[in-house]
Amino acid sequence: MAMDWGVFCKEITSGDQVASCWGSGADVTYLNWLLKAWGWTLSVAALALIVALVVGALVGILRTTPNRKLALFGEVWTELFRNIPLLVQIFLWYHVLPTMFKSLQAIPSFVLVVFALGLFTSARISEQVKAGILSLPKGQRHAGLAVGLTLPQTYRYVLLPMAFRIVIPPLTSESMNIVKNSSVAFAVSIAELTSFYLQAGEETSRNIEMLLAVTVTYFISAFAVNRVMAAVEKRVRVPGMIGGR
Amino acid sequence: MNLDFTFLTWGVISSFVVKGLLFSIQLTLVAMVGGIVIGTLLALMRLSGMPALVLPAAAYVNTMRSIPLVIVILWFFLLIPLLLGRPLGAEWSAVITFTLFEAAYYSEIMRAGIQSVPKGQVHAGYAVGMNYAQTMQLIILPQAFRNMLPVLLTQTIILFQDTSLVYAIGAYDLLKGFEIAGKNFNRPAETYLVAAGVYLVICFSLSLLVRRLNKRIAIIR
Repeated sequence: MAMDWGVFCKEITSGDQVASCWGSGADVTYLNWLLKAWGWTLSVAALALIVALVVGALVGILRTTPNRKLALFGEVWTELFRNIPLLVQIFLWYHVLPTMFKSLQAIPSFVLVVFALGLFTSARISEQVKAGILSLPKGQRHAGLAVGLTLPQTYRYVLLPMAFRIVIPPLTSESMNIVKNSSVAFAVSIAELTSFYLQAGEETSRNIEMLLAVTVTYFISAFAVNRVMAAVEKRVRVPGMIGGR
Repeated sequence: MNLDFTFLTWGVISSFVVKGLLFSIQLTLVAMVGGIVIGTLLALMRLSGMPALVLPAAAYVNTMRSIPLVIVILWFFLLIPLLLGRPLGAEWSAVITFTLFEAAYYSEIMRAGIQSVPKGQVHAGYAVGMNYAQTMQLIILPQAFRNMLPVLLTQTIILFQDTSLVYAIGAYDLLKGFEIAGKNFNRPAETYLVAAGVYLVICFSLSLLVRRLNKRIAIIR
């Protein structure tokens, strides 16, 4: 079973070999297509990560506030988005919501998937943020309130600067997970890496080469995220704490 | 809103959904048991201190953990027929994939569990004349297993949710059952909604159980 990497230099409609491996104009090689699919994967993951961080941080904060109703809302949110499989959530956004609300039918599926993946991950991030805030000594909150800061100010200037630094390591693994989980978007035909494999593998019958290329691409993406987060962690670390040096 | 659930009678559910639910549960249980057994072996290899055992186990676990599950499912679906020389079917392929994939995640949990047992326990085992296998089997692993039970079960809830990804190779699971019922009656939105509800109820109840268990175990310690 010999590998044939030349397949990546083929034009996708005619099947002709392109000498430079790089198509021009309307001619697109499998290599071009792979890179484009990588772009979709990274776009879905990056935008979903923004949604997940914003919503997850907010919900995590709500769960630690003294207001019972807000805290309950945060708990329900987390349980709801954590206990339904991602694939089912993607179907809910893609098939169910547009059926229930006609106005949503105009929204491109890319946006729906970003929200599905983002809110799914927000539940996990809210869990980390909550744990981060609760890991701080209670005195920090009391001290903030005692010097006359309002509750939002106490969060902004006292609790969150520490809590966010504490949760960076778990957020690193969530960021890597979001790259991996973006693969589930294949189910609603987003043109990302997994869809690329399913289509290009079928067209060329070179499944092993295609899947190997896709796997390596995911690997590189997750590793890159890991390095970026490690750099962030190094930049914001707190002197005097373990790992702070 | 124009949802209509009236077509979802018990007859429809029993002819489409139950088969899928049973497969999802079987897949979860087999992958859990197999994954914990293989995962424990991998954890013991990684903690053995012998490079010939540590390196392959670490490579296996780290590779599995850095590839999306969907891709792993597709790899096994592609490779198993090539290795066996004949097609195996999506369901069996899923069973093998999930067992080997989850083993990587369970092994990290078991490794943490084994490391959470005080070193003195190992020394005590050797001091009373037990060998490595006896010390592990009779002293360390039972404690590691008990300490990590809530985490192992939480991982199993994630595993149950992940079984829906066999969608990629067309195996007949809980989600597929609902999907086929929805296609037959031209009511896909309703069936996806009910499917979400079923997953939510199962996973939320299990996580409540894990939380109670966590409290009980905390008292024992």
